[in-house]
Amino acid sequence: MREEEYTDHTISVLVNNHPGVLSKLTSLITRRGFNIESIAAGPTKDPDMFRLTIIVKGDDQSVEQIQKQLYKIVDTVKVSPIDPRNKVEREIGLIKLRATNGSRNEVLQMVNVFKGQVIDSGPGGFVVEIVGSSEKVDSFIGLFPPQQVVEVARTGIVAMNRWEKKQTR
Amino acid sequence: MILKGARILVESLLLEGVDTIFAYTGGKVISIFDQLQEFEDRVRLILPRHEQGGTHAADGYARSTGRPGVVIVTSGPGATNTVTGIATAYMDSVPMVVITGQVNLDQIGSDAFQEADVVGITMPITKANFLVRDASEIAYTVKKAFHLATTGRPGPVVIDIPGDVQAQDVSFDYPDTIELRGYKPNMNGHPKQIKSVIGMLKQSRKPLIIAGGGVNLSGATEMVNRLADEKGIPVVCTLMGHGVMPKRSELLLGPIGMHGTLYGNYAVQHADLILALGVRFSDRIVGDGAGFAPKAKLVHVDIDPAEIGKSIKADLPIVGTIQSVLGDLNKADIPVDSEQWIRELVEYRSAHPLVAEDPKNPGGLAPQRLIQLAGEIFPKETIVVTDVGQNQMWAALFFGFSRGRSFLTSGGLGTMGFGLPAAIGAAVGNPDKPVLMISGDGGFQMNLQELATIRRYRLPVKMLVIDNGYLGMVRQWQELLFEKRYAGTVMDDNPDFAALAEVFGIHGRTLRDAKDAQDVLRELAECEGPMLLHAHVSPSANVLPMVPAGKPLEQVVEKI
Repeated sequence: MREEEYTDHTISVLVNNHPGVLSKLTSLITRRGFNIESIAAGPTKDPDMFRLTIIVKGDDQSVEQIQKQLYKIVDTVKVSPIDPRNKVEREIGLIKLRATNGSRNEVLQMVNVFKGQVIDSGPGGFVVEIVGSSEKVDSFIGLFPPQQVVEVARTGIVAMNRWEKKQTR
Repeated sequence: MILKGARILVESLLLEGVDTIFAYTGGKVISIFDQLQEFEDRVRLILPRHEQGGTHAADGYARSTGRPGVVIVTSGPGATNTVTGIATAYMDSVPMVVITGQVNLDQIGSDAFQEADVVGITMPITKANFLVRDASEIAYTVKKAFHLATTGRPGPVVIDIPGDVQAQDVSFDYPDTIELRGYKPNMNGHPKQIKSVIGMLKQSRKPLIIAGGGVNLSGATEMVNRLADEKGIPVVCTLMGHGVMPKRSELLLGPIGMHGTLYGNYAVQHADLILALGVRFSDRIVGDGAGFAPKAKLVHVDIDPAEIGKSIKADLPIVGTIQSVLGDLNKADIPVDSEQWIRELVEYRSAHPLVAEDPKNPGGLAPQRLIQLAGEIFPKETIVVTDVGQNQMWAALFFGFSRGRSFLTSGGLGTMGFGLPAAIGAAVGNPDKPVLMISGDGGFQMNLQELATIRRYRLPVKMLVIDNGYLGMVRQWQELLFEKRYAGTVMDDNPDFAALAEVFGIHGRTLRDAKDAQDVLRELAECEGPMLLHAHVSPSANVLPMVPAGKPLEQVVEKI
């Protein structure tokens, strides 16, 4: 496998909400030689189920292997690949920014441009929430010099396939 | 009915039809053993001398009978001692249920005495594993464990039960069925794909069946036989697929891969259509993946979808049991035009026969010849259990197997020390069949404490210890790749294993001379009860031909 064939693949996994399932899934993926770029997990409308959104790097064939391997975990109910041309995805980033008198307005302007929200503020700066694609969160953080960014916490991406257009008509 | 957790466990095992348990006691399973004592007449408890031995024994029991092997061990070191046995079973898809004691619930995570995170440790080597936190879950968990271990692609399942949960009183009600969301093995091959195979077979002039461990595990040897015979399709096997056809069948071309026969590998490289049945295409079979079966279209049948396309790309994948797929193929009227191909293979085989001697030591006691002789002398229903290394490959090449489940060997993990305890399991599970263990001097010394188990239960296991004074398979690689620097492979000061057997109360004999081989092997085959034959074989013998790791199957080394 050549490096340039590697792309990000998003896989949505529905699992039974049992203790230890998350570690079984992640250890299986890493054991089989894949790197997890991002992982997000949360309950579904059915409280007995969890949905994970996993992003792995690999070529098409190896990502197909991951999906098959995930089914080996008895608690895996459904593995669905997310179609890159037809997906919606969101990530939340919380960013703690240093902003003293001179730079506070500038930061608030940027938050506006990114349709973010200030969810905390203090004399030293703000905590800002940015919601969107990973790239959007990345580029927001990239606007500021590293010493201004005090802390970053991100959820990892959650993703879904869009409604099929035929059905919604 | 209100019962203690330990009692519920035992009752549940009985309801699953368990009549034999390989178990080693300890602090956190005393109460389970105490309950088992009450059912002595219904469950046979086999006490090994080491938990690893007990686990391999359960494995040998399962491989030879097709019923799941059951193991009970205590927490901590008892459980960790089963790890090699569980991993061995996992790699070869052997159904097994391992029950481990665990420290009390409130002590879990506190580094308590004899505590180990068994669920964490066994996660990568089990099909599923469970920590039971309440006695009310025991019955359901046992039901689930047996269902998982034996259906779909079989495998080991671990149930970890804390001591206080075993002592807890709860009401007992055994479930009739279980519902596992998401776990629905696909049993029947897709009809459209089966139709495609039929079309491909009609087109093919050089068809070939590769029989893997799945054929043995699913008990489909008869069906493979029938397909091969009726349609005229030659058969090769993997290490785990031995016993697929009668050993003298013209269509059977032996094992393939690194230690395959020349003619088996020739068949793979020249076939135009391959039906791979229950094969996982391990690196030992495939060599250089890009050069594997270059002329063939590949039909890959497996119960586990993850095996299809893992190592070798399939032209036609079929997910389902071998039974269902071959059932459909056997019913179909498929004229296969393979006469010319079979003639070609028969000629090739006669021109490149296997050589049962050590060319470096003519007249010496060649291990290959010894095993070939054993194959002629032992009855055809014999179950052969090997260890790992040269002894294993010689057994695979020279014994000759005619039945499924008659060759038990650690294929995937390559576990030295497997032979002796697995032979115990085979003997326990098959009192009506002869069991022959073939081991090397290295592997035999890894679990020889189990001689005591053979003695204790008077198991009539025949043991052939092939002693060449080396860890021979590694020595062979050192000859090939490391300029004969025999680092760490010399064992020329082995003990007298025949005398050792006598110490354990088992009849022992020593063989040094080729001319005595026939008589002594006959004694081994015919004696009542267990016997150990310590054979000092030609130390320079190698497993040949061989394909070096990662090389295409044509690049055969015929002489080292």
